[in-house]
Amino acid sequence: MTVTVRTGAVLALGDDALVLSHRLGEWAGHAPVLEEEVALANIALDLLGQARVLLSLAGDEDELAYLREERAFRNLQLVEQPNGDFAHTIARQLYFSTYQRLLYAQLAAGDSEFTGLAAKAVKEVAYHQDHAEQWTLRLGDGTDLSHERMRRACEALWRFTGEMFQPVEGVDVDWAGMKATWLETVGDVLRRATLEVPEGPQSGAWTAGAGRQGLHTESFGRMLAEMQHLHRSHPGASW
Amino acid sequence: MATAAAHRTARADDMAEADAARYEAVFDAAVAADERIEPRDWMPDAYRASLIRQMAQHAHSEIIGMQPEANWITRAPSLRRKAILMAKVQDEAGHGLYLYSAAETLGASREDLLDKLHTGRQKYSSIFNYPTLTWADVGAIGWLVDGAAITNQVPLCRCSYGPYARAMVRVCKEESFHQRQGYELLLALSQGTAEQHAMAQDAVDRWWWPSLMMFGPPDDESAHSAQSLAWKIKRHSNDDLRRRFVDICVPQAESLNLTLPDPHLRWNEERGHYDFGPIDWTEFWEVLKGNGPCNEQRLSQRRQAHDEGAWVREAAAAYAAKHNGATGAADGHADVAVGPSAEQAGMSGEA
Repeated sequence: MTVTVRTGAVLALGDDALVLSHRLGEWAGHAPVLEEEVALANIALDLLGQARVLLSLAGDEDELAYLREERAFRNLQLVEQPNGDFAHTIARQLYFSTYQRLLYAQLAAGDSEFTGLAAKAVKEVAYHQDHAEQWTLRLGDGTDLSHERMRRACEALWRFTGEMFQPVEGVDVDWAGMKATWLETVGDVLRRATLEVPEGPQSGAWTAGAGRQGLHTESFGRMLAEMQHLHRSHPGASW
Repeated sequence: MATAAAHRTARADDMAEADAARYEAVFDAAVAADERIEPRDWMPDAYRASLIRQMAQHAHSEIIGMQPEANWITRAPSLRRKAILMAKVQDEAGHGLYLYSAAETLGASREDLLDKLHTGRQKYSSIFNYPTLTWADVGAIGWLVDGAAITNQVPLCRCSYGPYARAMVRVCKEESFHQRQGYELLLALSQGTAEQHAMAQDAVDRWWWPSLMMFGPPDDESAHSAQSLAWKIKRHSNDDLRRRFVDICVPQAESLNLTLPDPHLRWNEERGHYDFGPIDWTEFWEVLKGNGPCNEQRLSQRRQAHDEGAWVREAAAAYAAKHNGATGAADGHADVAVGPSAEQAGMSGEA
């Protein structure tokens, strides 16, 4: 597959949605309350729907999802992070859905091949962001235990957030402005949740832009092994 | 003993008995006339208890039933199939929610019912104690397990208890989608490579008999059947529904180009039904007792999800208490009325 600027941009957005959808799918049957089984699956399905539209812009969705190796995936390292406890999953959702909402709002207002998708997806991600925000408030401002877990989760994932604002070639948005708005929005939610905005670097030397260049964290390979195993075991079969 | 007080007590007892008899007559007439019993209506204690048991176990089956299928979400072989499977598992959680809500109209609480599930005091469908070993099992579950569930549940849409019947209408609509998707999944495998066809056949071979067991024990060994039929909670006997299911499946298996693992299966011209071989009831009772292949695993995953989620639920309750002045989730029980409703009374000709 030739990766042009265009396919690079499509894959960046598509892989984010595909990989996070997969992680959320791992929650099925394990959620803390039935309503969250429904909500997490709902978000996973929205993201999978976005991934399918995006990947189809670049080629065959299944070939792209199931036959690329780790180094060819362009998703953010944030979305591939293991689920951890519920607080980790919520922190990852808060960071990512806030980003995706800002990104799609700009894309929906612009004029590119992403406009149509973004116009539909922005409604979905507004719901995702609301869900993540509500849970951040409940966990942060719930019990001492939940506060501590939410604090740890927000801190642990903080270093993966800088990567979101590394400009993706072919995605025409105001990256610097988006970062400022994101910091403001997330900072506001965290403060209302009685949490502090983490102080560490948003991206260390290793993580800066790495996912977008196909450099991933170790758990990602294992995730792909599980995801791709059956498809790869039956080359050429249709399902 | 003949004090005024004792006399009054005796009179009150007589009146209570007379009332109960009158209420029971109204209830019986409502059931006989195919009226729906609603939450505020008077109902016999045993009817209430029987419905709570059945609806809770139905709800439990939906949420335990998420596990064997969720087992394949992360390995689904195409994005389309993955989306279908995720949507299905999500629907099942939703069905669990409808059914717990319906059970709560009878004065039960979801929390208490879940506790009964987690401690093994209430059961769930025996079928979910079988493992999903290949991708084709997802199709076999859709086709056979959901097919059997629909055969069981469509008559429940006419169940005498209104909230249960209405939940079933919604559940059956979604289940019939799942069943067609399962059939279509198996068809794709059956028409695919030789390996895919073999995978489909193997899955059907493993799921066929457990699916027939979903209809419950034979009529002469079914503890609750007679009373449930009299109350119109059930509309058909276990064996009737099982026969109906076999009659539906045989031609479908033929069009799937798959065989059913029963050498005794043949059309009986005289009865107008398929004859089929004996079911291994020893296996059924063992699975029901907790000795099936996955009983331990299913319950422990459910308990683990619940226990590990406790801090999340506590956080939500603490937050709600701080910010809404509310006491948290699931503490409002439905009112349990003691007399016949106006509707019931009107129906039976009383003022």
